[in-house]
Amino acid sequence: MKLDPQIPSGPMAEKWDRHRFEMKLVNPANKRKFRILVVGTGLAGGSAAATLAELGYNVDCFCFQDSPRRAHSIAAQGGINSAKNYQNDGDSIRRLFYDTVKGGDFRSREANVYRLAQVSVNIIDQCVAQGVPFAREYGGQLFNRSFGGAQVSRTFYCRGQTGQQLLLGAYQAMSRQIQTGRIQMHPRTEMLDLVVVDGRARGIVVRDLVSGRIQSYSGDAVVLATGGYSPVFYLSTNAKGCNVTATFRAYKRGAAFANPCFTQIHPTCIPVTGDHQSKLTLMSESLRNDGRIWVPKDGGDRRAPGQIPEAERDYYLERKYPSFGNLAPRDIASRAAKEVCDEGRGVGDGGRGVYLDFADSIRRLGEHTIRERYGELFPMYQRITGEDGIQQPMRIYPAPHYTMGGLWVDYNLMSTVPGLFVVGEANFSDHGANRLGASALMQGLADGYFILPYTLSNYLASNKQTPAPVEGADFKRCEADVRARIDRLLFIKGKRSAQAIHRQAGRLMWDQCGMARSEQSLKKALNEIPAIREEFWKNVSVTGGGGELNQALEYAGRVADFLEFAELLCHDALDRDESCGAHFRIEHQMPDGEAKRNDEQYSYVSAWEYAGDDKAPILHKEPLVFEEVHPSVRSYK
Amino acid sequence: MKRLSRMALSSVGSKYIMALTGLGLMMFVLAHMSGNLLIYGGRDALNAYAHGLTEHPFLLWTARGGLLAVFLTHLFFALRTWQENQSARPIPYAHEATIQANWASRHMLLTGVVILLFVIYHLLHFTFGVVDADHFKRPLPDDPKQLDVAGMVIAGFGNPIVAVSYIVAQIFLGLHLWHGGSSFLQHLGLNGRGYDAAVNRVGAAVALVVVVGNCSIPLAITMGWVY
Amino acid sequence: MNFTLHIWRQKSPTDEGRTTTYDARDISPDMSFLEMLDVVNDELIEKGQEPIAFDSDCREGICGSCCLMINGIPHGPERGVATCQTYMRVFRDGQEIYIEPWRARAFPLLKDLIVDRGAFDRIVQAGGYVSVNTGGAQDGNCLPVAKTDAERAMDAAACIGCGACVAACKNASAMLFTAAKVSHLALLPQGQPERHARVRNMVEQMDREGFGNCTNYFECEAACPKEISVQFIAQLNREYLAACLEGEGEK
Repeated sequence: MKLDPQIPSGPMAEKWDRHRFEMKLVNPANKRKFRILVVGTGLAGGSAAATLAELGYNVDCFCFQDSPRRAHSIAAQGGINSAKNYQNDGDSIRRLFYDTVKGGDFRSREANVYRLAQVSVNIIDQCVAQGVPFAREYGGQLFNRSFGGAQVSRTFYCRGQTGQQLLLGAYQAMSRQIQTGRIQMHPRTEMLDLVVVDGRARGIVVRDLVSGRIQSYSGDAVVLATGGYSPVFYLSTNAKGCNVTATFRAYKRGAAFANPCFTQIHPTCIPVTGDHQSKLTLMSESLRNDGRIWVPKDGGDRRAPGQIPEAERDYYLERKYPSFGNLAPRDIASRAAKEVCDEGRGVGDGGRGVYLDFADSIRRLGEHTIRERYGELFPMYQRITGEDGIQQPMRIYPAPHYTMGGLWVDYNLMSTVPGLFVVGEANFSDHGANRLGASALMQGLADGYFILPYTLSNYLASNKQTPAPVEGADFKRCEADVRARIDRLLFIKGKRSAQAIHRQAGRLMWDQCGMARSEQSLKKALNEIPAIREEFWKNVSVTGGGGELNQALEYAGRVADFLEFAELLCHDALDRDESCGAHFRIEHQMPDGEAKRNDEQYSYVSAWEYAGDDKAPILHKEPLVFEEVHPSVRSYK
Repeated sequence: MKRLSRMALSSVGSKYIMALTGLGLMMFVLAHMSGNLLIYGGRDALNAYAHGLTEHPFLLWTARGGLLAVFLTHLFFALRTWQENQSARPIPYAHEATIQANWASRHMLLTGVVILLFVIYHLLHFTFGVVDADHFKRPLPDDPKQLDVAGMVIAGFGNPIVAVSYIVAQIFLGLHLWHGGSSFLQHLGLNGRGYDAAVNRVGAAVALVVVVGNCSIPLAITMGWVY
Repeated sequence: MNFTLHIWRQKSPTDEGRTTTYDARDISPDMSFLEMLDVVNDELIEKGQEPIAFDSDCREGICGSCCLMINGIPHGPERGVATCQTYMRVFRDGQEIYIEPWRARAFPLLKDLIVDRGAFDRIVQAGGYVSVNTGGAQDGNCLPVAKTDAERAMDAAACIGCGACVAACKNASAMLFTAAKVSHLALLPQGQPERHARVRNMVEQMDREGFGNCTNYFECEAACPKEISVQFIAQLNREYLAACLEGEGEK
């Protein structure tokens, strides 16, 4: 496998312009002769499908939800960054680029990030034109806020529902194309395999989740926009349906999987209350602006929070990071919470939680201001926990959130399989080892609206392809594989539900490969995952049949992939013998507990090639070259 | 024309028809009630009013025709809407519940049908004189050319069963107006920011006025306050 | 906590469904309604019986997938939440709970508690968008929008498309859903060029789908997990009237 990132030559600021000019175009009359398969309808997939259809391509679009409007991008709360500099506070494309590279702890590809910062400006214009109701000033101008510790106000938002509104914008653009017939929408349809014909991605095998029918679709290119894989930890902020199946199937068909160990933990989630829990709810990080985080100084302290005197509280973030205090970056705040809980000082049932206390702010600003400032968040907390976050401190704990890793792509967003493009969270993306707040929406829309449509046209114009009918041998072989796997799942008739096994594996991953990892813990995980997998294939209970709507079967298939993927994730985490961004190896830390990067040896993207079910994956390295931003120690002291 | 008929038959368009015809009928009810209340000014006042109405038969019959058309349109669209609503949910819920819709809003068809039956009876009673022919079209003792409308009303309500049935019918009419009197504003798009609470009160106010006004007459006659 | 659940089970669209009774034992009050069903399902799966099929995804009240009729009320007794945000502590220990799918001709049932809400997608496809291609949009600030208009448009745009309005309406009307999208775009300058055609086409599509009529029960507003106001239905009525009188832009 050869990794060629295809970075255009020339100065950084001109690369994308120059590349756009150099790329080949498809004659308008010829566009309708091409068929593109887009899997996933989140921000990246939805925007890509709509834009490709507007250009004149025929698009087949697939999602496992009942409507394209329900993809998990919809749950993003905070906002979307853009280097508009509307606030005149010194923002620029270059600053957004710099912040993103630095925030990613120097593990992202400079040229991609620069392009992302460039097109971020167009995204806002496009979304406004679609009718996205962004927050406004009284004078009618767009309003911005500072987010996630950024020193400039560059975040655009729609209350706490920015992801929803941006997704509805893309969904509406798609709906318009569905009406014209350019997009064929296939909801409740799950991709189960990628079909590679003569070394090129030419189709997919899907299961109609209503009828259970296995079917193939053929196209001139395949676009995966299937999101992240946080549910590998079972509990995460992701939707129940989020899964790694599409990207993992593509990996098995030859696409390299990059940086799977870069998984982000979000510091402010509502803690786990019991085994029954199916997901973790994120609460906007903005709460840390007014809340102070603390735990009792004494581990055995079981008093109610109000009973603990000031002197016996440990405001550990303020103590350790005096200048950033409670606003320390996500990974730092998350690890600090884990540390105090590991010391036995955690609060709440199970001891996995820390207090987020608004008492001081309420004294200073009044209860009314605090309630108003955080709108829905206090009622939401009360609904879930039954406690009032004003009367007593909230309890929070970190949870798996976003995954920076994904399928490896070059500058053109094409994977190592020609014709297979990957966009949004599904690719290894522009966030390096850690993503900044309000950047995920930006990247998804940048890929879908403004990058993929150009690079995909270039691919189609540069490669002459013969038709690949779904009756072909490659398609039939893939379909047979898919059927065999489903039959195998249905045949086991064991005793345990897929959910129980998923929960067990997720717990193992969270404990051994979660916020803090070590050689020892990773080896333990690598040792235990195969046993869980074996248990799964021997003892899982999948009821019902294949030819019907069968949620147990859908879920079991996804869990099976997670159980294989978990191993890949641990291999990557073990290989990366340094700490960087969200990947924290306890062997590598500064005296104060900060992540200690090793640029000399690990300044590369790990791209893993599938070698076979019984073989260890093969590591390929794409060296990272920094011309513009020089790696420095990230310091938030 | 095609455009208008298509609009009228659409789900939103039929709202306007229901609202406008309902508004027309509501105005009629209020006007009718105002006329009736003249009975409190003495027999002569009511008789003079009734006489005034009959002086222009052309206008009277045009108005009656228009009223009938409005009434039938209201009825037709009500039934059509009801039929469509029935077919929109072929399988009912095993466990039915209502969150906040009041009884009046949920039983517009029932109250409407009761009103329809009442109107038929009312016409037979006081307009065509089929029910109580003895007291119908009796001339005034001092002016044989004029009919004694007030006498007919007083004699009619002298029968307590008739009085009670009128009162019951008025309560149904009130329930119908309670919902309809607010609904028409919403249907015509006149409900909006800030004055939604006022809109909700319009129906209740109209209903209260009509029930109190119309019920007072049979009540007063039965109690012997008007004679 | 323990509960007796009466759940609608139906194997396929053509199968004749029936209500089946299940016991939910040792339920924690901190469980969400869907987590309670997960527990019941896990037990069924371990016994080799088919689990109860229901839609859910984000489980934080924004994707609009979950759609259960709980004791005759969409999304359960609490106001302003989706099924996934309903917690078992709002029920009484030992309570009997009826769980049914959304019932409407326009939402055909697929299995157990899952219905096909494709009608909503088709209503949006009929015109619930601004016809603007990617690229070439003018600068976002060239189009000032008064803060109050933007806020009000956002109130309407908050709709999650779950269908609770249809389920709650005694007439199975989709008026609130359609009104929310029409109002969102009618309140913004971007939506003006297609304002009339949009409302006409969307209403016609809504009628074609076989939803019922609006008779102002306002059950939709009470059941809406985003508490979208029926004032938007009044706005829809205004928009449609203006569109029909104006008459341009007919397809």
